[in-house]
Amino acid sequence: MALWTFFGLTEGKATTPWPRRGEADGQADVLGMPRFAPEHCQEGCAVCAEICPTGAIAPRTEAPGGIAVDYGRCVVCQLCTEACPTGALSPSHDWAFGVRRREDLVWLETPAPEAEPAAGQRAFRRSLHIRHVDAGSCNGCESELQALNNPFYNLHRLGIFFTPSPRFADLLLVTGPVTHAMLGPLRATWEAMAEPRWVMAVGTCAVSGGIAGGGYACGNGLDGVLPVDLYLPGCPPNPAAIIAALLTFQGRLPQRVLGGRHAE
Amino acid sequence: MNGTEAATVPCAQMAEIARDLFAQGGRMQMVYAWHPEPEVTELLYFASPPEGGRFLLWRCRPEGNPPSLARIWPSLGWYEREIMDLFGLAFANHPEPNRLVLSEDIPPPFNGSAPARASRMADIPRPLPAIEAPEVQTLPFGPVRADVLESAEFTFFYIGEQIIHYHPHLFFKHRGMEARFAGLTPRLGTVWAERVSGVGSVAHALAYCQAIEAASSCQVPRRARALRVLLAELERVYNHLHYLGHLANTTTLKVGEAQGKLLEERAKQINARLTGSRFLRGLLAPGGLRCDLAPGGWLSPALEELRAETARYVDLLERSDSHLDRLITTGVLLRRVALDQGATGPVQRASGIDRDLRRDHPYAAYADLPLVVPVRSEGDAYARSAIRAAEIDAAIAMMQRVLLLLEDGPVRADCTPAPGAEGLGWAESPRGTLFYAVHVGADGRLARVKIKSPSYSNWRVFPFTVHETNMMDYAINEASFGLTIAGCAR
Repeated sequence: MALWTFFGLTEGKATTPWPRRGEADGQADVLGMPRFAPEHCQEGCAVCAEICPTGAIAPRTEAPGGIAVDYGRCVVCQLCTEACPTGALSPSHDWAFGVRRREDLVWLETPAPEAEPAAGQRAFRRSLHIRHVDAGSCNGCESELQALNNPFYNLHRLGIFFTPSPRFADLLLVTGPVTHAMLGPLRATWEAMAEPRWVMAVGTCAVSGGIAGGGYACGNGLDGVLPVDLYLPGCPPNPAAIIAALLTFQGRLPQRVLGGRHAE
Repeated sequence: MNGTEAATVPCAQMAEIARDLFAQGGRMQMVYAWHPEPEVTELLYFASPPEGGRFLLWRCRPEGNPPSLARIWPSLGWYEREIMDLFGLAFANHPEPNRLVLSEDIPPPFNGSAPARASRMADIPRPLPAIEAPEVQTLPFGPVRADVLESAEFTFFYIGEQIIHYHPHLFFKHRGMEARFAGLTPRLGTVWAERVSGVGSVAHALAYCQAIEAASSCQVPRRARALRVLLAELERVYNHLHYLGHLANTTTLKVGEAQGKLLEERAKQINARLTGSRFLRGLLAPGGLRCDLAPGGWLSPALEELRAETARYVDLLERSDSHLDRLITTGVLLRRVALDQGATGPVQRASGIDRDLRRDHPYAAYADLPLVVPVRSEGDAYARSAIRAAEIDAAIAMMQRVLLLLEDGPVRADCTPAPGAEGLGWAESPRGTLFYAVHVGADGRLARVKIKSPSYSNWRVFPFTVHETNMMDYAINEASFGLTIAGCAR
């Protein structure tokens, strides 16, 4: 229709040049995971652990600062940053939390070096097809996944596509804590995929169960259900975080987080 | 319960009360169960009064099977079935006494008899009509569907292009969220409320906080009430923009889809700039806001720009015949059906029912603001999309007013409910009427939280616009309803 063609031409390009060029990822003001600096912790203080809704922060006497932090359980509610009297947990814009090993989400004093992409993953640098399965999310992750194909992020330009059929998919992208009723369809989808096949857990629910895990209707995320190749916590992870994680999976971007610490 | 006009009655009397309510023009909203003491079950029936005023509540303690009200108020049918699944309490003479949420091999979880299991495969109930005509074909679709969509399974019985009967199975995603609130402190409950339906984070947290505030009988400071309106209307804007774009996708108007989704993205980036969260999470708290918001001088021009771009976008949609042809007369919801089955939000307002909680039962600062409630009578996909477009404009006008009148002051009052307190909170979410009812236990923690979500109501209504329609119109009709499954399944 001429009307829309004319409109499209006059509007010009809406797509960000990020991540190829520049910093315009669209998330300039988005709060990420709280940053942990145990050197500021007070002896015997555990107010953060008391307020944390998902047990991402737990008291542990032998750990630095007397607390253990697992970003795989963090729902980014920021309650700990409000409760902390010293700024040992402070608000940050650290959201690029896609990691290959679950243990990289746990805060460590001396992180292990980055894991290499599994054999074959780099072969998908130019074209990756994803099958998404919602295993009981709150629809927040879906909202951000749907945003990936809006003109601002325009995921296609990076050679990454969502596909309706698991037969054509290289990567299974799962959201939600895995409800009991979705366990069967989730496994069936994975089994329908041709090898080589990989799995990505998107959102804190899929990584660890989040606020919904357990109870009478839910599991605790993908661990023990499917072999996970990439974990991306966040509640929900923003579209740029999802793009960064996908590029990390393909070996096109280095992993930003090691031992729970986000690179500057 | 605070926030309601309550009466305790015998359960046997409820049928008479329900008939009287219908005759007087009131409206049943929900029924739910809880255990005030171990081994004691109580039913709570909520209704909107015929004229404004407080919500009506009847409480009764059933002995044996209480009578089903689903023949008087069809909209209560699902609520009664959910009580059957979760509490093991069956209603006498229920017209559809089938499982809804959980399959039969799962014992009622609220009876304390079902131990939590780490990982268990379960099926969902699939009650389907027996259709034996040889030419009728069956199409089960889902729960894993094309594209990035929420999980649900739809069964179509059809001949050629004609849908004979349609049945959605919506509880694959049932997370048992209401049970997850039990034992939380009222303050922490907000974190859960924000995550019941992601794209309704503000509405859910607001209704929840207002329920806690009703239970505590505390007053939220003026500035916090005004800022709550700002947050709730920002949520309405990005949601409605999403559905306009999504609707253009279903009519294959690709540039129209792209523009709608781009405007949604701009709205989400405004959300993030104002609050640090694209979903406006992490701000609401019982008693007001967790911290003050400083809407800078940038916000008003940014909203005006979004309003002007949306107006231009809607104008283009209005001039696209190929788009309008697919919407007009598609998925007609009759006013009578909308009333009987409990339609809410833009869906009911597109079918000629002029109801909006912001005006009829004002909360936050809505009573002090000029509120435009668009209503149309066609009841088709076009009317639903036109209501959303008009609501975006009205929401932005209202936000400008809030910014203009915003006064300095505190944003939080102490709201700690006493042990045993109860409260009802509500909000007009982008999708319609949302209720939270909270019961605080003797330890000051949450004992029972009931969520009545708008998508639960509108999913109940939706199939009535699908039976005996055309397969090609289905996706358009579904998009025009603007439903979430997370909110419905909880």
